[in-house]
Amino acid sequence: MEKFTVLNGLVAPLDRANVDTDAIIPKQFLKSIKRTGFGPNLFDAWRYLDTGEPGMDNAKRPLNPDFALNQPRYQGASILLARKNFGCGSSREHAPWALADYGFRALIAPSFADIFYNNCFKNGLLPIVLPEADVDRLFHDVAAFPGFRLVIDLPAQTVAYADGSRTLGFEVDAFRKYCLVNGLDEIGLTLRHADKIKAFEDKRRREQPWLFGA
Amino acid sequence: MAPQTLYDKLWAEHVVHVEDDGTALLYIDRHLVHEVTSPQAFEGLKLAGRKVWRTDSVVATADHNTPTTDWERGITDPTSRVQVEALDANIRAFGAKAYFPFRDRRQGIVHVIGPEQGATLPGMTVVCGDSHTSTHGAFACLAFGIGTSEVEHVLATQCLLQKKSRNMLVQVDGALGRGVTAKDVVLHIIGRIGTAGGTGYAIEFAGSAIRGLSMEGRMTVCNMAIEAGARAGMVAVDDTTIEYLKGRPFAPGGEAWDRAVAHWRTLKSDPHAKFDRVVAIDAREVKPQVTWGTSPEMVATVEDRVPDPEREKDPVRREAMERALVYMGLEPHTRITDIRLDKVFIGSCTNSRLEDLRAAAAVVKGKRVAPNIRLAMVVPGSGVVKAQAEQEGLDRVFRDAGFQWREPGCSMCLAMNADRLEPGERCASTSNRNFEGRQGAGGRTHLVSPAMAAAAAIAGHFVDVRDWR
Repeated sequence: MEKFTVLNGLVAPLDRANVDTDAIIPKQFLKSIKRTGFGPNLFDAWRYLDTGEPGMDNAKRPLNPDFALNQPRYQGASILLARKNFGCGSSREHAPWALADYGFRALIAPSFADIFYNNCFKNGLLPIVLPEADVDRLFHDVAAFPGFRLVIDLPAQTVAYADGSRTLGFEVDAFRKYCLVNGLDEIGLTLRHADKIKAFEDKRRREQPWLFGA
Repeated sequence: MAPQTLYDKLWAEHVVHVEDDGTALLYIDRHLVHEVTSPQAFEGLKLAGRKVWRTDSVVATADHNTPTTDWERGITDPTSRVQVEALDANIRAFGAKAYFPFRDRRQGIVHVIGPEQGATLPGMTVVCGDSHTSTHGAFACLAFGIGTSEVEHVLATQCLLQKKSRNMLVQVDGALGRGVTAKDVVLHIIGRIGTAGGTGYAIEFAGSAIRGLSMEGRMTVCNMAIEAGARAGMVAVDDTTIEYLKGRPFAPGGEAWDRAVAHWRTLKSDPHAKFDRVVAIDAREVKPQVTWGTSPEMVATVEDRVPDPEREKDPVRREAMERALVYMGLEPHTRITDIRLDKVFIGSCTNSRLEDLRAAAAVVKGKRVAPNIRLAMVVPGSGVVKAQAEQEGLDRVFRDAGFQWREPGCSMCLAMNADRLEPGERCASTSNRNFEGRQGAGGRTHLVSPAMAAAAAIAGHFVDVRDWR
């Protein structure tokens, strides 16, 4: 997994609440058995004017000019600014894969759906929860100042305006932060406890054998 | 010891290790696997040279991509076939306790077959790369959906890294009115607390109305806990739970059964256990529900009218309502019963069990689907449900009324196979999500109970099933 330390990135706004996983990556694109290549179909139904199907040449499809990510000023954005309950719906990890494949490394919203939030950390994507009032102001500033950038410092747990005019703190679990900052594979970390897992399992098998098919 | 909630007990029973920041390593008893969220996980195992920690925890099936017609032709969509074949190959290579592949007579929706086979047992942690895993909480399991990285993590370590959620109690007391079902209860709850109302919580559903539900009904309620934002929903063990499990293929027998039951009886919240949030609902106030928008919280009763965004004060909500009404092609103040439909779908992990099919069949018996309905279909949740329904003659009731009787699978709940809405088509659906495009690009979904969907198919528009004759 790619490490996440300090990100200085262009911000793109997505001004809708309850953006669900079907909107992030529509189900016709879930049939891939790979983790990559979902970026061109991120927000497919909103981003293009036609109906997307797997195998299409996305470069030739008509873009929806009203959709924020299609506007020239937001090209190359690596930080997505969103509204509350972002990522609700399915547990499909294709949603963070699509966001990451598109080029996003961090998401900012007043709240995220639980499963989605969890899935982000497994894919080098940092979801940041900020108070609604701060998010409101960010939406305002993104619209008002073309080229608006933020500097996200994960070790320091801060989001700062690139011009230094404002700095906001954010919360993140220590363990998730540790894994993300160091780009660690969680399976490898968990397997350090293999003996403990084995002992737990043996005890459980003795006490509740019916859970093990006995 | 302080009194514990059911969730506290289930959590404590599965903690293997706790990190300094409180992140726990939680042991997983049952891992349900389907074809959409597993291929990348198996690929990850292969690349890292890892094996499955405990193959007998794995129960797998193909459900999302499988067709519901012409099974003898196999899976004609090449991308769907690749995914299903990948699952076949991965189970062959890595092993499983049970695999119900495409066309097996026990194949079906993963959340229907787990309980049906007795592979879901009280006190288990149950995970699956699917958000509707909350369904299994009906058996006093800690059951929740996970992403593909976590699928891989469970395969490799039999554990998950988790933070404990807060406790919410949704207490539903009183008797449900005639024609009011588990689906209406859960839609009513979501309408009340919102789609993010349960975020960060595990919800226990309790009260006399929940007690009065069959296991099928409890599964319907827990299934949609995720639609209220809660990863896990659950119901305590009682006689109904134990009766359901007795004699199921993977349930214990003999002396083990008695020992298991003794343990299962403890799986309930202690008196005076502390919940962080309590929501009380009077079951007598729950009416048949119909969603009008593009989020399950955008729900009304069948007696209502489509709401007017002008009356919403919160600008973000107002805009969401306006956008939803445009997408749904609805005008404010339209009576719910004046909404005319194009298609009707009875199925999904929410409402495709025998009880659901019986309820729908009772409504359509001896009647005909309205001429404006282009397609009315029933998709049983599993091959076992289908066989039981056919034994009872329900397939004949549906066919005679003009419904199509299909093979089991997820089908038009999420339209990954050929079953889908065309742009602009309006559907009464017993599924769980009315998101934009969920049932097909541009399709318009109204979530309802099986009886309400059945009545709408006959009438051609929504009707109050409480008045049905």
